[in-house]
Amino acid sequence: MMNTMASQVLISAEEVFKEFPLPQNALRRLAGKPLLAVHALNGVSFQLNRGETLGIVGESGCGKSTLARCLVRLLDCDEGRVRFEGQDIADLHGAARRGFNRRVQMIFQDPYSSLNPRMRVREILGEALSVHKMRPRAEIPARIAELLDLVRLPSDAADRFPHEFSGGQRQRIGIARALAVEPDVLVADELVSALDVSVQAQVVNLLLQLQEQLRLTVVFVAHDLRLVRHISHRVAVMYLGKIVEIGPTEELFSAPRHPYTKALLDAAPELDPARRTRVVAARGELPSPINPPAGCLFNTRCPHAFERCFAERPLLTDRGPTHQAACHLHEFGLAAIPQIQDVEFAP
Amino acid sequence: MSVAMQTATAPALEVRNLTTTFETSSGHVIAVNNVGFNVMPGEVMGLVGESGSGKSVTLRSIMRLIHAPGKVSGSVRWQGDDLLAMPERQLRKVRGGEIAMIFQEPMTALNPVLPIGIQIEENLAAHTALDRRQRAARALELMDMVGIPEAARRLKSYPHQFSGGMRQRAMIAIALASNPKLLLADEPTTALDVTIQDQILKLILDLRDRLSMGVVLVTHDLGVVAATCDRMAVMYAGRIVETGRVADVFAQPHHAYTRGLLGSVPRSGAQRTMLLSIEGTPPSLSAIPKGCAFSPRCSFATDACREAAPALEPIAPDRLVACFHHQQVAASGVSA
Repeated sequence: MMNTMASQVLISAEEVFKEFPLPQNALRRLAGKPLLAVHALNGVSFQLNRGETLGIVGESGCGKSTLARCLVRLLDCDEGRVRFEGQDIADLHGAARRGFNRRVQMIFQDPYSSLNPRMRVREILGEALSVHKMRPRAEIPARIAELLDLVRLPSDAADRFPHEFSGGQRQRIGIARALAVEPDVLVADELVSALDVSVQAQVVNLLLQLQEQLRLTVVFVAHDLRLVRHISHRVAVMYLGKIVEIGPTEELFSAPRHPYTKALLDAAPELDPARRTRVVAARGELPSPINPPAGCLFNTRCPHAFERCFAERPLLTDRGPTHQAACHLHEFGLAAIPQIQDVEFAP
Repeated sequence: MSVAMQTATAPALEVRNLTTTFETSSGHVIAVNNVGFNVMPGEVMGLVGESGSGKSVTLRSIMRLIHAPGKVSGSVRWQGDDLLAMPERQLRKVRGGEIAMIFQEPMTALNPVLPIGIQIEENLAAHTALDRRQRAARALELMDMVGIPEAARRLKSYPHQFSGGMRQRAMIAIALASNPKLLLADEPTTALDVTIQDQILKLILDLRDRLSMGVVLVTHDLGVVAATCDRMAVMYAGRIVETGRVADVFAQPHHAYTRGLLGSVPRSGAQRTMLLSIEGTPPSLSAIPKGCAFSPRCSFATDACREAAPALEPIAPDRLVACFHHQQVAASGVSA
């Protein structure tokens, strides 16, 4: 299934930069020092194919939510561009912009603050339907019932307020609202992180079913590696506003080619009590995004760093047909994949 | 409960029939219902459950941190004494001294207007006989022990000047100041990133080895339990529904809720398949279903389950389960 879709790029990000200026200090300005800013995205590029699920993982502050917001144009990028079907989304105006907004929908992390507490579910869903003129007025009640059924909420939910629902049910309302306008792409920012484990599984199952049923393309932003591994076709790992590795899920998880990916995977606790280690996966902490390190962004914590890592920032280069990593150690992680090693050393 | 006693050494902490209730405007709420477990010296005991299952209240009840209108009954035996019956004066020696506690939100648990050094020394002044100079030296040593770099300078820093991981380390340093024999940890890594969580959990394990203290670790993350705990107890709606050694429980859960929890967590090798989810949501503590609290969500439930709550009974050495159909649950395995 994936092979036929691989060529169909739906969204692409090209060297996207985004910074958020901080309050400026007059003394700094007088001294002619550079203005302070949080560098949230430092040149992010990737392509999203039609029908696939791309997982974006990273620790807090790595820029994954900012990236999600840039993809749906809730934020405009400072440099670089996001293309949707080849068109730069910053150039879209009027009807074209509304069309884009309809086709690319976002679901937010916090089901408590992303729904208007004063609107009934019927109004929340009806608003989406009427703004984008999805259905004639007379057909809207039927469509609302259909949407509630799609996300497995009881039909009497329509006349209730968000506070009457549990977290998992609210997240379903968020999904129903996004699906009301029949989008092509869903950008889910930490869709289930606010939910209990048993409820998480319900929402993940629902997302998988809906994706199959409606042929959705999904960007799944999360910090839970197990979850991302479970639902993504491809995974991008972010660190300090840059993608450090991107590739097919199983390849990336079984043989990570960037030291940060490896540290992140090793740090995630194993579900198998027999596979414990007492070795700390990554020392140190995330450097400040106000003043990111020169050279490779991971050089402050990387156990393999050498001189070049402090001088030159590595670019994303190929590690396989669809697998890229940004590390000067091109052989990193090769030992974990014996078959590939054999091929490489064959004459 | 007699099963646990078969082990050679006596437990460090014995919790029996612990029940905590609150009178609220929406009625009588039983947050912790007849909970009992042991913690051996040097053992890490995991208390797992979803939000509202009573795991944090259990920890607070042990330390008598529940205030009116909350009521705690039962017994908590610590080195021959009952913590729940102890006079306040004696309790103050134990609390923060022999038994220390760390919390989920280091920013709210630490005093924002005092430097970390002073907060460590406060504990030393309360629980040790060290003089001022010795206290300062010991504070420095503790900061080193929990892995805070540039300890001498950081002693003068305020909590807001620390990162989340460093704050949690500082809180551990305060907890360890009096050489506790038992550490109660309430979701110590939930607010932290995965690489920092890994550092903190391994730090707790290292300190457990060095100081041979017991640890009760409250968490909702089964991965954390699998990676750090020796034994575990699963809580649901205020009760313990299953206890046992971590490897045994993970290999073969005997309670439908444990099975559901384990199935809800994605495992490698089954990408994009349906997860074994538990339908419905955990009950509100003011409206706990009759009989077994899990019965409305349980696929194994029968009329007997809806009538009476099953008791927590031993099924194997060091293994207790509260389920009428535990053999059926065990036979059905963890995959969907």
